Amino acid sequence: MSEALYAITLIWGIVFIYAVMATIDFGAGFWSMIYLNKNNTKATSIANRYLSPSWEVTNVFIVAIVVALFSFFPGATFTLGTVLLIPGSLIILFLAIRSAFLVFSHSATEKYKKILSIISGITGFLIPALLIAVLPITQGGFITPTEGAGQLDIGALFTSFNVYAYMAFAISSTLFLSSLLLADYSNVAGDSEAYTIYRRDAILVGPISLVMAALIVLTIRTEAQWLFENLLDYTPWLIGSVVTFFIGYIALFIPRKKGTGIPRLAMISVVIQYLLASYAYGSAHLPYIVYPDVTIETGFTNPATFRALIITYIVAFFILTPGFIYFWRLFLKDKRYLKQNES
Amino acid sequence: MDELVIARSLFGMTMGVHIIYATLGVGLPLMVLVAELMYQKTKDKDYAIMATRWTKGFAVLLGVAIPTGTIAGVQLSLLWPGFMEAVGRVIALPFQIEIYAFFLEALFMSIYVYASDRLSPIMRIVSVTLVAIGASASAILITNVHAFEGTPAGFDIVDGKFVNVDPWEAFFNPSFIVTAGHVTVSALMTGAFVIASIAAYKMIRLKKGNTREYKFHHKALMMGLAIGGIFSLLTSLNGHESAQQLHAYQPEKLAAAEGLFETQTHAPLAIGGFTDKEEREVKWAIEIPWALSYLADDSFETEVLGLEEFPEDEWPPLFVHTLFNSMVAIGSLLILLSIVGFVWYRVLKKGSFPRWLMWAFISAGPFSMLAIEFGWIFACTGRQPWVIYHVMKTEDAVTTSGNIGLLFVLFLIIYIILMISTVLVLRYYFKKNPVAREIDQ
Ligand code: HDD
Ligand code: HEM
Ligand code: HEM
Repeated sequence: MSEALYAITLIWGIVFIYAVMATIDFGAGFWSMIYLNKNNTKATSIANRYLSPSWEVTNVFIVAIVVALFSFFPGATFTLGTVLLIPGSLIILFLAIRSAFLVFSHSATEKYKKILSIISGITGFLIPALLIAVLPITQGGFITPTEGAGQLDIGALFTSFNVYAYMAFAISSTLFLSSLLLADYSNVAGDSEAYTIYRRDAILVGPISLVMAALIVLTIRTEAQWLFENLLDYTPWLIGSVVTFFIGYIALFIPRKKGTGIPRLAMISVVIQYLLASYAYGSAHLPYIVYPDVTIETGFTNPATFRALIITYIVAFFILTPGFIYFWRLFLKDKRYLKQNES
Repeated sequence: MDELVIARSLFGMTMGVHIIYATLGVGLPLMVLVAELMYQKTKDKDYAIMATRWTKGFAVLLGVAIPTGTIAGVQLSLLWPGFMEAVGRVIALPFQIEIYAFFLEALFMSIYVYASDRLSPIMRIVSVTLVAIGASASAILITNVHAFEGTPAGFDIVDGKFVNVDPWEAFFNPSFIVTAGHVTVSALMTGAFVIASIAAYKMIRLKKGNTREYKFHHKALMMGLAIGGIFSLLTSLNGHESAQQLHAYQPEKLAAAEGLFETQTHAPLAIGGFTDKEEREVKWAIEIPWALSYLADDSFETEVLGLEEFPEDEWPPLFVHTLFNSMVAIGSLLILLSIVGFVWYRVLKKGSFPRWLMWAFISAGPFSMLAIEFGWIFACTGRQPWVIYHVMKTEDAVTTSGNIGLLFVLFLIIYIILMISTVLVLRYYFKKNPVAREIDQ
C-alpha cells in the first residue's frame, strides 16, 4: 500500500467513527427535544444522560477530521477550503449554536430550557444534512473552474436530486442510529418504557433510511457516472450491507423473557451495515479526493511530515486508549450511572 | 471593502471571542485543582464547594470555548487556504498533537463533572490534573503554530515549493518555548485574577465581615491573589524574554512596538504616546534614555534596528505601540497590586482590605483579560503584512471565493448571542444556587 493510501484509510476511519458517534449524538439531541413535553416518560432523561458526557468527545472527532485532512493532504486543502467556504461556515455556525445551547439548557430556567432544547434539537438534525452535502461536492459537477481553486455552484447544488437523497439519508440515519442506541441504552438501564418508545422509533425510521440509501445509489448513477461504475465493483459489500440491515431489523422483533427485541444485536449489526456501505463508497471514490482535480497522490503531504504524524498517532493511541476505556466503563456500562434519577 | 480586510476582520473576531473562553479554559482548571488539593489538605469544606462551583462555571464556559475553537480550526482552512496548505506540509504536528490534548481534556472533563460522585478522592484529583494538563497543552500546541508564523523554521523554499521539510525542526522553532510559556502563564494569571475579581465583588456586596459566606469569599480572594501574583511575575519575566526574541528574530515588530524609526545604540524606551508616521516620532511619550537597548539585549551598547531599515510597505501598523504599552502596563500594575495585597494582609496584618483596594481587586480580572486581547492583537497585527514571517504574505493566503461580508455579519450575530447568553446562564445558575445555601448543607 502506498503512504497516501494509508493516510486516506486512516481519515476514512476517523470519518466513520465520527459519522456513527455524531449521528447518535445529534439524534439524541433531537429525541430529547421530541419527548421533552411528555412528563410521564423518561425518554428525555435517558437521551440527556447519554448526551451530557459524550458530546464534547464527539466534537473532537470533527476537529480531528479537519486536521487530518489538511495535515495528510495539504494539496486538497486549497480546493476544499475554497469551495466549502459557504457550506462549511454554515456547518460551524449551526454547530456553535447547538453545542452552546445544549450546555446552556442544563443550567437555564425552566422557561428557557424548553426553547434552548428545541433550538439545539433542530440544529442537531440540520447539521448532518449539511455535513453530508460535502460528499456530493467531492463527486464533481458542482465546482465551476476559475483561475484559482474553482467556485462552488450553489444553484446546481440545490437543484440536484443526488444532494437531496444524501440529505434525506443523513437525517433518517441520524434518527435511526440514535433511536437504536437509545433503545439499547434504556434496555441496559432497565427502563422498559423508554425502551418501548425508542424501539418503536427505530422500527419506523429504519426502512426509510434504507430506501434513502438506495436512492443515493440511483441518483449517483445519473449524476456521477464514474463513481457509480466504481461502486459496481463493490457490489458484494453493498449486498452485505443490506443483509446486515435486515439482521439488525429482525433482531428488534425477537421475543425475549422480558419484552421484545435484542437491541444490542440490532445496534451492532446496523453499525456493521454502515461500515460495509461506507467501505464500498470510500473505495469507489478513490483515487479522487475531489473529482476530477485532486487525487490522493497529488494532494499528499511531505513524506517526512507523514512519518512524523504517524508516530504521533501511534503514541497517542497507547496514551488515550485507557482513557477511552475508563470513559466507556463509567458512562456506558456502569448501572449506577444509567439508573440514577434525573439530575 | 477589500476581501482581505473582511477576511482578517472575520478571523480576528473569531479569535478575539475564542480567546476569552480559551484563556479561562486554561486558567480555571488550575484553580479547581488547587482548591481540590487545599480541601484534601485542610478538610475545610469551603474548598470543596469552591471546586464544584468553579467547575460548574468552567463547564458552561467550555460550552462556548469548544464551538468557537472548532470554528477557529475550520475557519483557518476556509479563510486562509493558502496558509493552511503550507501548514499541512510543514507544521502539521502541533495541530495533530493538539487533537490528542483535546481528547484528554474532553474525556476527563466529562469524567470529573458527570462521574464525580463515583470517583475516589485520588481519581478526582487525577481527573482534574489531566483536565488542566489537557487545557494547557492545547494552548501550548496552538501557540506553537503561532510561534512558527513569527519564526518559521524546518524547510527551504525552492521555486515556490516547500522542500527539505523537517517537521520537528519546524515544531521546535526558535520562539516556541518562550511564546508558549508566555501564553500559558498569562492564561493562568488571568484565571486566578478573574476568580479574585468575583470574590472581591461578592465581599463588597455582602458588607458585613464575619458571616460564613464572607469568609468563604475571602479564602477564594486570597487564593486568587496569591496564584495571580505568582503568575503575573512569571508573565512579565517571560514577556521580557519575548521582547528579546523580537529583537533577535522580528526586529521590525519590536521597532513598531516601540515606535523606533532610527537605528541606534543607546536606544530610548518610549512609554505611552502615539506613533506619528509623518513626523517619524512617538508623540507625547515619556522617554527613558538607553532603556530599550538594555531591555533588548542586556547592554546599553546594543544596536536596535529602526523602521527606516525596512521598506515602508512591510511596516507593521504603528498603533501596535499602544497595544504593547497597554499590555505591559497592565502586567506591571497587577504585580504591584498583588504585592500591595500581600503586604497589607501578611506584613501589616490588617484583617480586612479597604474599599479602594477591593475595587482594585475587582478590576484585576477584566484588566488581565484585556491584556490577553491586546497581546494577541499586537502579536498578530504586528506581524503584518506577513502571515508567515518573510515567507508568505497574508494577501497571498486569503481565500478567493468571495461572499465573506455576509459571513462576517452572520458570525457577528452568533458571537453576540453566545456572549450574552453565557452571562445570563452563569448569572442565573449562581443566583439559583447561592453559596450561602451550599455552605449550610
Ligand atoms: C495576562 C496577559 C498578559 C500580560 C500581563 C502580559 N502579556 Fe505579553 N502577551 C500575552 C499576554 C500578556 C499573550 C496573549 O499571551 C501574548 C499574545 C501572543 C503571545 O505569544 O502571547 C503576548 C505577547 C507578547 C509579546 C509578543 C510576542 C510575539 O509577538 O511573538 C511580547 C513581546 C510580550 N507579550 C511582552 C510582555 C511584557 C514585557 C509584559 C510585561 C509585563 C507582558 N507581555 C504582559
Ligand atoms: C488559531 C488558533 C486556535 C485554534 C484554531 C483553536 C482551535 C480550538 C478548537 C478546535 C477547540 C475545540 C476542541 C474540542 O473540540 O474539544 C478549542 C478549544 C480550546 N482552545 Fe483553542 N484554538 C486556538 C487558539 C487557542 C489559544 C491561543 C488557547 C489558549 C490560550 C486555546 C485554548 C483552548 C482551550 C483551553 C480550549 C477548550 C478546551 C479543550 O477542549 O481543550 N486555543 N480550540
Ligand atoms: C496559533 C494560532 C494562530 C494562527 C495560526 C493565527 C493566524 C492568523 C491569521 C492567518 C490571521 C489573519 C491574517 C492576519 O491578519 O494576520 C490572524 C489575524 C489575527 N489573529 Fe492570529 N493566529 C493565531 C492565534 C491567534 C489567537 C489565539 C488570537 C487571539 C485572539 C489571534 C488574534 C488575531 C487577531 C485579533 C487577528 C486580526 C488582526 C489582524 O487583522 O491582523 N491570533 N491570525
